[in-house]
Amino acid sequence: MVQGMKERKRAILALADGTVFEGYSLGAEGEVSGEVVFNTSMTGYQEILTDPSYRGQIVTMTYTQQGNYGLNPEDIESWRPWVEGFVVKEPSLYPSNWRYLKGGETLDEYLGRNGIVGICGIDTRALTRHIRESGAMPGVISTVDDVAENLVEKARSIPGLLGRDLVREVTCTEPYTWDEGLWNIEGGYGTGRAGVRHRVVAYDFGIKRNILRNLFSAGCDVTVVPADTPAEKVLEMDPDGIFLSNGPGDPEPVSYAQESIRKLMGRKPIFGICLGHQLLALALGAKSFKLKFGHRGGNQPVKDLTTGRVEITAQNHGFAIDMDSMKGVARLTHVNLNDNTVEGMEVREKRLFSVQYHPEAAPGPHDSSYLFERFVKMMEG
Amino acid sequence: MPKRTDIRRILLIGSGPIVIGQACEFDYSGTQACKALKEDGYEVVLVNSNPATIMTDPDFADRTYVEPITPEMVERIIERERPDALLPTMGGQTALNVSVALAERGVLERHGVELIGASIEAIKKAEDREQFRQAMWKIGLEVPGSGVARTLDEANELVKRFNYPVILRPSFTLGGTGGGIAYNREEFEELVRHGLDASPTSEVLIEESVIGWKEYELEVMRDKLDNVVIICSIENLDPMGVHTGDSITVAPAQTLTDKEYQLMRDAALRIIREIGVDTGGSNIQFSVNPRNGRMYVIEMNPRVSRSSALASKATGFPIAKIAAKLAVGYTLDEIPNDITRKTPACFEPTIDYVVTKIPRFAFEKFPKADPTLTTQMKSVGEVMSIGRTFKESLHKALRSLETGSSGFERVVLQRSRVGTLHAPTDVEKDAILSWLKTPRAERIYYIAEAMRAGIDVAKIHELTGIDPWFLNNIKEIVDLEARIVEASASGGLSSELLRNAKEWGFSYEMLSALTGDDVEVLVKRGSEAGIEPVYKCVDTCAAEFEAYTPYLYSTYERPFYNITTGRSRRAECESAPTGNRKVIILGSGPNRIGQGIEFDYCCVHASFALREEGFESIMVNCNPETVSTDYDTSDRLYFEPLTFEDVMAIVERERPYGVIVQLGGQTPLKLSVPLERAGVRILGTPPDSIDIAEDRERFDGLLDRLGLKRPESGIARSIDEAVSVAGGIGYPVMVRPSYVLGGRAMEIVYDEPSLIGYMSRAVEASPEHPVLIDRFLEGAAEVDVDCISDGGVVVIGGIMEHIEEAGVHSGDSACSLPPYSLGADVLDEIRRQTRELARELGVVGLMNVQFAIKDGTVYILEVNPRASRTIPFVSKAIGRPLAKLATKLMVGRTLEELGVTEEAKPSYISVKEAVFPFIKFPGVDTLLGPEMKSTGEVMGIGMDFGRAFAKAQIAAGNTLPLEGCVFISVRDEDKAAVEGVARELKEMGFSILATKGTARYLTQRGIEAEMVYKVIEGMRPHVVDRIKSNEISMVINTSFGAKSVEDSYSIRRTSVEMGIPYFTTIAGAHAATCAIKAIKKEGLAVRTLQEYHAGEAALPGTG
Repeated sequence: MVQGMKERKRAILALADGTVFEGYSLGAEGEVSGEVVFNTSMTGYQEILTDPSYRGQIVTMTYTQQGNYGLNPEDIESWRPWVEGFVVKEPSLYPSNWRYLKGGETLDEYLGRNGIVGICGIDTRALTRHIRESGAMPGVISTVDDVAENLVEKARSIPGLLGRDLVREVTCTEPYTWDEGLWNIEGGYGTGRAGVRHRVVAYDFGIKRNILRNLFSAGCDVTVVPADTPAEKVLEMDPDGIFLSNGPGDPEPVSYAQESIRKLMGRKPIFGICLGHQLLALALGAKSFKLKFGHRGGNQPVKDLTTGRVEITAQNHGFAIDMDSMKGVARLTHVNLNDNTVEGMEVREKRLFSVQYHPEAAPGPHDSSYLFERFVKMMEG
Repeated sequence: MPKRTDIRRILLIGSGPIVIGQACEFDYSGTQACKALKEDGYEVVLVNSNPATIMTDPDFADRTYVEPITPEMVERIIERERPDALLPTMGGQTALNVSVALAERGVLERHGVELIGASIEAIKKAEDREQFRQAMWKIGLEVPGSGVARTLDEANELVKRFNYPVILRPSFTLGGTGGGIAYNREEFEELVRHGLDASPTSEVLIEESVIGWKEYELEVMRDKLDNVVIICSIENLDPMGVHTGDSITVAPAQTLTDKEYQLMRDAALRIIREIGVDTGGSNIQFSVNPRNGRMYVIEMNPRVSRSSALASKATGFPIAKIAAKLAVGYTLDEIPNDITRKTPACFEPTIDYVVTKIPRFAFEKFPKADPTLTTQMKSVGEVMSIGRTFKESLHKALRSLETGSSGFERVVLQRSRVGTLHAPTDVEKDAILSWLKTPRAERIYYIAEAMRAGIDVAKIHELTGIDPWFLNNIKEIVDLEARIVEASASGGLSSELLRNAKEWGFSYEMLSALTGDDVEVLVKRGSEAGIEPVYKCVDTCAAEFEAYTPYLYSTYERPFYNITTGRSRRAECESAPTGNRKVIILGSGPNRIGQGIEFDYCCVHASFALREEGFESIMVNCNPETVSTDYDTSDRLYFEPLTFEDVMAIVERERPYGVIVQLGGQTPLKLSVPLERAGVRILGTPPDSIDIAEDRERFDGLLDRLGLKRPESGIARSIDEAVSVAGGIGYPVMVRPSYVLGGRAMEIVYDEPSLIGYMSRAVEASPEHPVLIDRFLEGAAEVDVDCISDGGVVVIGGIMEHIEEAGVHSGDSACSLPPYSLGADVLDEIRRQTRELARELGVVGLMNVQFAIKDGTVYILEVNPRASRTIPFVSKAIGRPLAKLATKLMVGRTLEELGVTEEAKPSYISVKEAVFPFIKFPGVDTLLGPEMKSTGEVMGIGMDFGRAFAKAQIAAGNTLPLEGCVFISVRDEDKAAVEGVARELKEMGFSILATKGTARYLTQRGIEAEMVYKVIEGMRPHVVDRIKSNEISMVINTSFGAKSVEDSYSIRRTSVEMGIPYFTTIAGAHAATCAIKAIKKEGLAVRTLQEYHAGEAALPGTG
């Protein structure tokens, strides 16, 4: 029909609770399923699409105009997009940005080329409110089946995220090293740095490249290893510090990682982000739980309990660490001001700390990038 | 960290009169600050000379000084009040400049007043161009190549290093006064001279041009723990080169990748920290090279600003309120987000819609002004609209403007009979292209037109510099328009096409124009297809948390359904109307000349009154600068265009008890008849009475019935008819189109050729509307009366005698309440006639009547059965909230119940003076006439006329001289009258300079006067030379007839540019003399409004 002045096929988004949104096809045609969540970032759709933490999820963007600046070869957080499906109000057919002009694609082109099924033209605000009230839930986007009942049935039959190990689906298969630094307007991603001070082994549970870029620019020589790399093997590499990355889904079933972490704790300084933080907490004996609809966006206020200052943070998680279960296990260092959930912890004696949010941003504010410096300091003793 | 307990009394400075660059956004911020500080138990002392503000209502601050905002007067207030702290960041540049002056004079230190919100160092670092540049370099940010010059030579030396064009900005001015773009050496030198004059510090910044770069703004807040948040990003549609106040702007930023946006955000954080704004909000402007993303910092305002008002309305985050709380010691995480309640104010709002602001201009009032948009702001108001997409939001903004636009009207090309466009001719194409090259108010329409003419987006981008993203969105609108036209020509719109059009913001009126179908038919078709507007919440958080404040905007969304609960396909609407008794108040739309903040004031009062009367108040308005569009002013706020379609949709959703149309000026009034026809209850005075007052023939019938007089008049529909009517009445005559606002296109013509000239212009302007011709009562005294009525009892609110004689628009004339020269019998007659009119018209609410008094006879000039521009002034002068009372009457109360049965007769004098934008429009004559030109007003209160008038003049920026030389040149008819003025001035020690005739006249009567040449006489130095060389401190100049007016133009213009007070009427000159005498004799004392109202002002040594 006429949405976006382009003939688009019809598409349907059906949720497991029977809610059905009829809209138009965006990107690839076909049928996909996943947990339907929303993200409130107004910029950064390309980074979101390529963030491995979205494995298993259909992402709804709450901001209505998506694809405005196109997709460019630089703003990627991994080697491919990971979202299962993408939901937007209006995709731009005419991106405009100097970076797009350097070999970019439109949102439709990019999703199409990567086989990502999307839907547009629906009331994304109504969908967001529905998720807020009823919680994140399984859903199906289809451009091939137009019988809503079938799609709802399919949505009901797909497994939830609870208890599923999605890390295996996104982690690398072989170790690799990293040699790219942070981005700037003049030169893109830098490769130069002041000098290597520390060797870091980074567990890849679905790592975002901007974490690696931050570590690189902070003077770390990083080797990325698969999620199931045993602790012994890591210790053999004799790193100065160990990094636990972000990743998708529920931390609980990722027991092999918890086990490795338990063996590494106290031996080397450890810094964890997001899923890495949750795995570290579980390794310490805390408990995790699933949030109703998670935190996804770039405006979440987090208070640093040590300094009393507030950071505006980028977040993307559907699970969190239970505050009560942390008592006696680790010291609470950061808390979310919106809902008072755990955002950070540390065990000084064991030289380990972690945060639930994303100091590497991409997308999102840079308020918390100091944490990479803190990690470096910790490695310096 | 809790609030400070070591300060108790806080002085808040407002921004004074509405001028271009400083409008009612500062009433909004000041009102929020007042409320926020009082809520925390602080005692608020307020100074603001603008009576039309809500903040100066006696209920808002504890002690309210309606006094001139000058360092001298504020010092007196400080001496009297001994505040602990001064909050300088809420009153725009005016408050900031006065605060700096007070600090520099040692006043603050002397009285132990602490500056809160921003330190002097921070203010200077941000405002002083050179210091700011140094600061940016220090933190590694780029600014355009630039330098500061204090002389023309310095400027010429500096400019050698840059390429033209270069931008000039004088230091410490508002709205970029005196700034501009120079494309060559000649223009450069002219602008430097102008800029050095305009800058209070005689400094002008010369900058390498970034014309054509993209322009962005970030609204930043910081607390004392150094928590910093960005409230909103704004992207300008118009690129650099057009002042941001004159640009179409959009929130959030649309075309920055996250990487670029975050670098801009990082820069903003570094800037606010380096400049050292400890607490509160700042606005930072950036420009970005569209070719490579290179970013320059343009400027920073270390205070709340026009953009912060916009950002507050755009996001729902109340910047001024939070800034006030931060200034008294709270931190962001301690302040709750009012909208979500459960989350703190310490976060960054995220939005799920697009906000578009379009400025509103008034070039039609100043035909000689250059309408090119530059770095000097020229707009007088703005509208904001909210839509789910840019296309919808832009469309809504266009129809909010109140310019008669209902979308992208054609401006060059004509539609042929069958609805399709003919191929554009070369002439048409050239016309369009030339419009694209120069930024002007209507350029957006020419962009669409260019697309219709087949000019491609790349070409339009090249000519306008507007980002292709915006252009392509307009292109999508134009393409859809073509499809609509095509579809309607071949069988009609499908409901899918209609839905698409509504989703993209097309109004039914525009669709009707495109399809030829009646609006009603289209509405019916839409509603049958289930295409109806829904309302969504502005909630600061894109629906992540529940919103508790019903701040709503309309949109069209697709339905969704649940298969387990049946297929009820409805789009989700969040308006959730209550079952309460409720009243809708229609606001006044964008500020423009003739309809400004005064009407917003009335609407806000209506809202307060309704709450007091137990009604739910629902506000509809689209002006982001106002208090009425604050989310907590009314129970519910619809941020919507004030068109019939948009209003009716709200009425249908809310089903109110009634709608109030008489408080928002012409905008809602226009809707009263259509709304009534649609079955909506209009509260108060019946719409038919409005029609009687507006319809000449019905009005004449009314006057005949009552035996009241009006100047002889007639109606003309052609030039010949006009000539014969005017001949019968006798010249001079006053001519005007029949339905006007603010004296639009109204003129006094003295002879037949001028009449023919006027008719050929005016009749062409509005063919279907006849022209009214009235006898012009030359030299008559003019009087404005506001009254209030419950349908039975009529109580006079106030009688205001104009200082200027008839012929000057009432909005431009200074006036005095009570009258200063009229006798008791005349006043009683005016009261009697007012009462008769109100009763006859069945007024329930407010009514304004304008009278002229000539030779003891009272004539009625105009009757407006609605709130007038003077309501706030009168309310403050008499100590009664007239708009609030009127609202209560509209919902059924009587004046007796409200205890208002007698006219209030204050013991003090209140003078209102108008404020003009002439300084912004070079080349425009400053002579006043029947067409309104003022943007704002001030009030002066004193125990006698002289002191009240003196205060009003000082507040309006006319610094009355206490010594020096007065230039006098008057027409023969005024010579006798000016004698007394000249004598008084002489006695007070002034010397007098006069043109030949006036000098001779005065000298003959024993008043020594030095003769000076007129410009026209060709001898030097003439009077303009003498003004320019600063030898003259006041000008009195009356003129008559076209030639004399032209001759004296340069005198008036030079006076404006030199900031010398000038009076173009004898009455004005006389009042000024009176005022100078009062200042010299007793000086000016300050008193609070509360003291005046309580009758406590007349204490020893009072003013």
